[in-house]
Amino acid sequence: MASIFAFAESRSGELRRVAFETVAAARQAADASGGGEVHALLIGAPGIAARAEALGQYGADVVTVVEHPALDRYSPEVFAATVARQLKSGSFRAGFFAASAEGRDLAPRVAAKVGVSLASDITGFEIKADSVIAVHPAYTGKVIVKLRLSGTPALLSLRPGAVAPAEQPRTARVDNTAPALDPSSARVVVTDLSARGSAKLDLGEATVVVSGGRGLRAAENFKLVEDLADALGNAAVGATRAVTDDGWRPATDQIGQTGRLVSPDLYIAVGISGAVQHLAGMRTAKTIVAINKDKDAPIFKIADYGIVGDLFEVVLRLTEEIRKARQHR
Amino acid sequence: MKVAVCIKRVPDMEMRFSLAADRKSLDQAGLKYEMGDFDGYALEVGLQLVEKQGGEVVVISLGPDGVQETLRKGLAMGAVRAVHLRVEEVPFDGMSIAYALSSELKGGDYDLVLFGRVATDTANGAVGPMTAELLNLPCVTSVSQLNIAEGRGTAQRELEGSAETMQFTLPAVLTIDEGIARPRLASLKGIMAAKKKPLEVKPAALGEARLVVESLALPPERPAGRIIGEGADAVPELLRLLQTEAKVL
Repeated sequence: MASIFAFAESRSGELRRVAFETVAAARQAADASGGGEVHALLIGAPGIAARAEALGQYGADVVTVVEHPALDRYSPEVFAATVARQLKSGSFRAGFFAASAEGRDLAPRVAAKVGVSLASDITGFEIKADSVIAVHPAYTGKVIVKLRLSGTPALLSLRPGAVAPAEQPRTARVDNTAPALDPSSARVVVTDLSARGSAKLDLGEATVVVSGGRGLRAAENFKLVEDLADALGNAAVGATRAVTDDGWRPATDQIGQTGRLVSPDLYIAVGISGAVQHLAGMRTAKTIVAINKDKDAPIFKIADYGIVGDLFEVVLRLTEEIRKARQHR
Repeated sequence: MKVAVCIKRVPDMEMRFSLAADRKSLDQAGLKYEMGDFDGYALEVGLQLVEKQGGEVVVISLGPDGVQETLRKGLAMGAVRAVHLRVEEVPFDGMSIAYALSSELKGGDYDLVLFGRVATDTANGAVGPMTAELLNLPCVTSVSQLNIAEGRGTAQRELEGSAETMQFTLPAVLTIDEGIARPRLASLKGIMAAKKKPLEVKPAALGEARLVVESLALPPERPAGRIIGEGADAVPELLRLLQTEAKVL
């Protein structure tokens, strides 16, 4: 029986959804390799220990809590040293991270500190007797790579949304320990963490994405896209590169080869012609809807459902109908 | 200031990819290669820093002989010299690459080592922070704003729904996101000068690869697009399809 490690990501004292996904994936891996224990690590400011119990709900047997006043924010060096110490202290078959902004920063550092390899941004995995198989979409989603990872612990970072956080309740044992590195000695320090916008959903984590392109004609018309996203309820708002380059939307909203790669259940492209650079960021969405006035726009070649017409009329009507449908539920 | 920029030669992502007979690699026929998108941003950041503060930029690339073309492009943009770490095939394992890069960078006396945020082909984004750890240097990843002064730096990076500001000491390793600087086009003069700039070739001291490609697959083709109607009148049909056929509402 092999133990599996999971890093439980938190921000501002709260667990992130990806923390549950990571623990749930570790639970799956532990069960698949004979029912070993899942050891989660939770790092934060004093008080974060109160979140340990929730990790038990998703299958953690042991939660190691590291509390320190300076760790209310991420510290790359302290986190990496602490995770590496934890991985070296046990005999772990595999270690899971989220392929979130923090996890993508942390996991490679840990791999280098422990001296093992890392499969990044994976969408599936299988624990074998002598190796771990991982699935990783690459080449902007145009090629799916199946990887074989040997050596222990095999480190994996999991694409947000790839594993459903299924509940597997148990009462986790909670250990406390100190950071492996004194935070005051860190050479990289987070001096500010500022929220962007309101409690908006993140593009990479939303199940529905509504995106706008040049067809909207002006920055203020993005209100139309935002209203549609609001009506849908669980939607994030994205944009094309043309739009972010023009400053209509922040650069972080850009979906495409040089922006975010998203694969939501539903992607609604509003006034987007479908340049290759944009398609690279959303081609793996499950269902694609396109609304555009030009029937020859390339976006219609990949849209499951296309509507040709004036986007202002179509989107207003769509928002209205969705609101109506929601009320009847 | 001495800046190293690690650049990768990647296939043009606009191509249609097909698999080689072994199904472990891409069919090379017709593939065009270029400098990775984010590596271009990293190089531009390095060039602008030394233009303002003095110093030089060195470009380093690991790969087969074809990477020399990418390195020449870096020289044409303004790097003073290039290092080609020669290997027949670039391994998939970021650790293996990080060992080779760190052994080249060690002792190079660089104030900054820059990478692109992620290589557009393998899409791992791991080699930069791994190399930083092996060199025991501070590292900030996915930098979208940067200020360097008097041996210290401030960088901003984007998280889901928020932004982090980080302060760090030099020497440091940074991976660069889009948004700081659009890569310049090489001038004709730059291209001519690049031919005479030094390009050193040496074998890459790769680490053992414990992450290997088992197989490649192409994702299922999307069914051909379908236009369901025109104008706002098509909206009820769209809703019906989303609810009953796609089942996403």
